[in-house]
Amino acid sequence: MSSEIVLKTENLTKHYGGVHALVGANFEMKKGEHVAIMGDNGAGKSTFVRQITGVEQRTSGTVSLYGEEVNFTGPLDARQAGIETVFQTLALADDLDVPDNLFLGRELTKWNWLGPFRRLDYKAMREATMQGLVKTGVKIPNIKNSIQNMSGGQRQCVAIARTATFASKLTIMDEPTAALGVQETAQVENIIRNMKEQGAPLILVSHNMRQVFDLVDRIVVFRRGRIVANLNKDETDGQDVVAYITGVKTGAEYEGAA
Amino acid sequence: MTDNSDGIGGLTFDKSKRSWPNEFNIFFALIIIIVIFEALGQILPYMNDQSFLFDTKDRFDTIFNEARLKIIILQVAIIGIIALGVTQVIITAGIDLSSGPLVAATAMVAMSFAQTELVNGNPNPKALFGTWAMDLPVVVPVVIGLVFGAFIGAINGTFIAFLRIPPFIATLGMFLVCRGIALWWSSGNPISFPTESYKFIGSGMMPVVWFLSLAVIFHIIMKYTVYGKHTYAIGSNEDAARMSGINVKRHKVMVYMIASMLAAFAGIVLSAKASTAQAGMGEFYELFAIAMAVIGGISLTGGRGSIIGTVLGAMVLGVIRSGFTFIKLDGSYQLMAMGSIIIAAVILDQYRQRNRA
Repeated sequence: MSSEIVLKTENLTKHYGGVHALVGANFEMKKGEHVAIMGDNGAGKSTFVRQITGVEQRTSGTVSLYGEEVNFTGPLDARQAGIETVFQTLALADDLDVPDNLFLGRELTKWNWLGPFRRLDYKAMREATMQGLVKTGVKIPNIKNSIQNMSGGQRQCVAIARTATFASKLTIMDEPTAALGVQETAQVENIIRNMKEQGAPLILVSHNMRQVFDLVDRIVVFRRGRIVANLNKDETDGQDVVAYITGVKTGAEYEGAA
Repeated sequence: MTDNSDGIGGLTFDKSKRSWPNEFNIFFALIIIIVIFEALGQILPYMNDQSFLFDTKDRFDTIFNEARLKIIILQVAIIGIIALGVTQVIITAGIDLSSGPLVAATAMVAMSFAQTELVNGNPNPKALFGTWAMDLPVVVPVVIGLVFGAFIGAINGTFIAFLRIPPFIATLGMFLVCRGIALWWSSGNPISFPTESYKFIGSGMMPVVWFLSLAVIFHIIMKYTVYGKHTYAIGSNEDAARMSGINVKRHKVMVYMIASMLAAFAGIVLSAKASTAQAGMGEFYELFAIAMAVIGGISLTGGRGSIIGTVLGAMVLGVIRSGFTFIKLDGSYQLMAMGSIIIAAVILDQYRQRNRA
């Protein structure tokens, strides 16, 4: 059954100097599952994500991906292992177009004996981009447009399409719709539903209660650096989640922890 | 393949929707400047209806004034070679101020291995080294010059990428160091009398041949290779480039090395053309090279511009220079006009960026 577990963390802890930003986080998610991470500002959500994606090095604890323990030295390591992340600050090159951004750092090339001067295979990248966009349901008027000519929603879609195109083992989105309008948010949510249908596992960090209840299977609540609740969507409601976030309630199995 | 059902927009790849390339604007600016000089030739009373670019001698074999066209492009060819490298540096959002003195330093270093033993039957009066360095095959001074350039570029790149010294400061330091090397190499004496094969590198229209063929090569490299794509990506968003797995530091060192090798090659061509190397060579070349790139639409904030733009920028500078000579205004006016045009080019670039956002 271990291969059914996509991601598992045990006692994941991170201290920044004397600040205990993340304490003993035990987290687990199954194949095809979409999990939301909720919590107040400073509750440890982003810290948790940064430990998994190798952006920062954890103080203690273990992270395993598909049953194998992993130690990422940087975000590249994590990406090569199959964890794709959409960060709050979009890591897109503004002056390049959509295929260029999708394939940045992993370009399809010809004439590889030329080393750094090997030729870019624009046609193959364009076709793969179109396929990736169709697969994820991302709609962009013209993929030859450079990113700077795009709306916030389109940029976000490009960033999401990048993670989805590379058929990653795990996708993490850190507040993907925080800066978007209604229609753009709907578009991003459609992409996430699409991923759900395809069985691609997702961790969604979000403040948006409606969105979380619309999209995910399970909600994990963080408070003051600890996990305080692990709720099935069907067995809870908005008020309940708010109670956990604000500290009115704490999950039975986490009693004494917070 | 496309689905517009939700009305947000379809998925298309449409070549016709490409935005208007900035190179067209520079090309039109070039045409306008030519037309202005052409008109001045007709209007100004002391010009006697001379034509700027067209052949007025009523010969049937040519339409254009070939002599002037040749001079225009020959005047900018050597600085143009430097500008090809500077363009790449500016696209990474950097700057290279060291190229002018590097031209002089490389000219000295390369020329000292390109001297001929006998000048009209007498020993070379400007000999720097003994006879062992005389009459060597032409590849020797060229390779030594290029390796010297690569070395200087590697130092620039290392300071900028690994020690995080701002490019302006690192290359300003190298600017002085290179001028020092040029003076120290032969204690300030000129080095002269190169071999015939070395002279050939800079003879006649050879500088133009070098400039245009290098421009074609680097146009292809910047547009169609991984090196080019990563150069644009770094200038566009360095963090994104790093997150995407590009080795930003190594790439920057490579860009500065290539830029310095191009400047070194310009030094070789210049010394071959002049048949001599002097420590004061290449004064202001770095600034004119930057000016060519800026006029050619290379954004100083990085990420945007092209080799074609820089070649057009070089032509704009060449036409202005030649045009001012044509209407008999002296160098002081040329400098003022070029300065104004550089500032105008940057203002236009900023205006275009603001319109886009």
